[in-house]
Amino acid sequence: MPSSLNVRAGAVSLLILLAIIGIWHLATVSVKGDTSTAGMTAEQIEYQKMMGKDAASTKTTGFPTPMDIGGAIVRQLSDPFYDHGPNDKGIALQLAFSLGRVALGFCIAMLVAIPLGFLIGMSPLFRKALDPFIQVLKPISPLAWMPLALYTIKDSSISGIFVIFICSVWPMLINTAFGVAAVRRDWLNVAKTLEVKPLRRAFQVILPAAAPTIVTGMRISMGIAWLVIVAAEMLVGGTGIGYFVWNEWNNLSLTNVIFAVLLIGVFGMLLDLLFARFQKWVTYVE
Amino acid sequence: MTFLQIDNLSKRYAPHLPPVFENVNFTIDRGEFVCIVGHSGCGKTTILNVLAGLESATSGYAYMDGREIHGPSLDRGVVFQSHALMPWLSVRRNVAFAVRSRWPEWKRAQVDAHVERFVAMVGLAHAIDKKPSELSGGMKQRVGIARAFAIQPKMLLLDEPFGALDALTRGTIQDELLAIVHATHQTVFMITHDVDEAILLADKVLLMSNGPHARVAEIVRNTMSRDRVRATVHHDPQYYRIRNHLVDFLVNRSKLIQAGTTDRVGDRPVIVEPGLVPGDEPLVRPHAEAA
Repeated sequence: MPSSLNVRAGAVSLLILLAIIGIWHLATVSVKGDTSTAGMTAEQIEYQKMMGKDAASTKTTGFPTPMDIGGAIVRQLSDPFYDHGPNDKGIALQLAFSLGRVALGFCIAMLVAIPLGFLIGMSPLFRKALDPFIQVLKPISPLAWMPLALYTIKDSSISGIFVIFICSVWPMLINTAFGVAAVRRDWLNVAKTLEVKPLRRAFQVILPAAAPTIVTGMRISMGIAWLVIVAAEMLVGGTGIGYFVWNEWNNLSLTNVIFAVLLIGVFGMLLDLLFARFQKWVTYVE
Repeated sequence: MTFLQIDNLSKRYAPHLPPVFENVNFTIDRGEFVCIVGHSGCGKTTILNVLAGLESATSGYAYMDGREIHGPSLDRGVVFQSHALMPWLSVRRNVAFAVRSRWPEWKRAQVDAHVERFVAMVGLAHAIDKKPSELSGGMKQRVGIARAFAIQPKMLLLDEPFGALDALTRGTIQDELLAIVHATHQTVFMITHDVDEAILLADKVLLMSNGPHARVAEIVRNTMSRDRVRATVHHDPQYYRIRNHLVDFLVNRSKLIQAGTTDRVGDRPVIVEPGLVPGDEPLVRPHAEAA
């Protein structure tokens, strides 16, 4: 029974989560150590302060406890849209910047990858001709593209978008090419015997047939794009969730860093869910 | 008046290989239902593909309606062995795709009406909005047939359309096909392995010897009445004469002809009427002239 399985899986997930939080709590609380000053002489208190082990300073040392994170979550999410200047923006605004860059870079990548993928899929000549270029450019890390992008494009935001584009174009391209090349002969024969024109055939036969593979490529590309934006923003700075992480790291506010990391994970998951839904829509049963 | 003419067709896949078939000659008249029967590997599907325009022969010519067959055309509808329905479209949309290919200027309502008519003809009006994955094998094949009929082609090509179906479903669809063909006076060329099917449906049965070097050895004229019905056809005295002749060919003579050890090795296939015994008058001249 599926619902029983879901319920049981949910319960196990919850248990695992509680176990993780429990272990985390134990690990971080014990590291903080005992900061009470009861029964200490004045010299001992002074010594404690010097060693940075007193109550005032231990707030910023040691790994944050789950309670700290909880506090950060509440604090950040209670006012997510504030804007106090270039270095101090609410978390929702930072996310909006990141998502915007990802969306733009991804869309441009889509506009390039899908038509090119069609071309490669349908023409063995172009597939062989473009193959060396694809194989050489594909493994280049996004961060390696950054210096080139910054030097030529100069604008850090556009460089970020360019880097997203150059890294998320490959899975879509390769998957589209594969999907188009693998369209069943039968359907192409049907189109032939019905004298279907090439454009109509591309949109009404090849595209729907290859759609599941293409959307899989888009899903993978989106995952990569989200990874890349965080790294790119860390490097380039300005706005965005990656920049937020880097900024909070420079402030030594590990609590906020962990909170941002969690948010990155959650939003990555949401983006993937979005594409999973899209994939379900285009899937067909043969 | 010949509608389709095949002249000395032969197909060789590579220069150093023997031809799959050679010197294939036959004609089909308008409104005729022709079946081709033979063992696997004798090139039946290749001949059909040449007629459909999906493949080209190594040598020889195929003419339809006075014009040479050069490529695929809406004038030659095809029903494939695996229904080849597009799984992301419903039955209605699958047939509409074909209808729109043929008449792109039609309006939505007109296309819908036309589609519904042909889907009803194959008895699937209740399933018209289902996707192929929700249909049984027989239903899918019916949709394929509806799609091919919907474009009202000059000739219909069927590649073992009922091969994947069970015997019961096959019987029902044969009846339906016969009814539609008689109603529309459709010219049909069909490949089949089923001898009974060929006798029921066809006006003419082409018998191919074994490949390689296969050829159309005989043309068997079906001299039974044209309003034969599956339920009663086997009571006709001609039925088993024809059937025995066909089975005899498939079991014995197809191999012998390939090996060149019989007397029938001429270029033109022999036309026989095994249903008739000496002294019989044929009930109906093969294929009455239409209009």
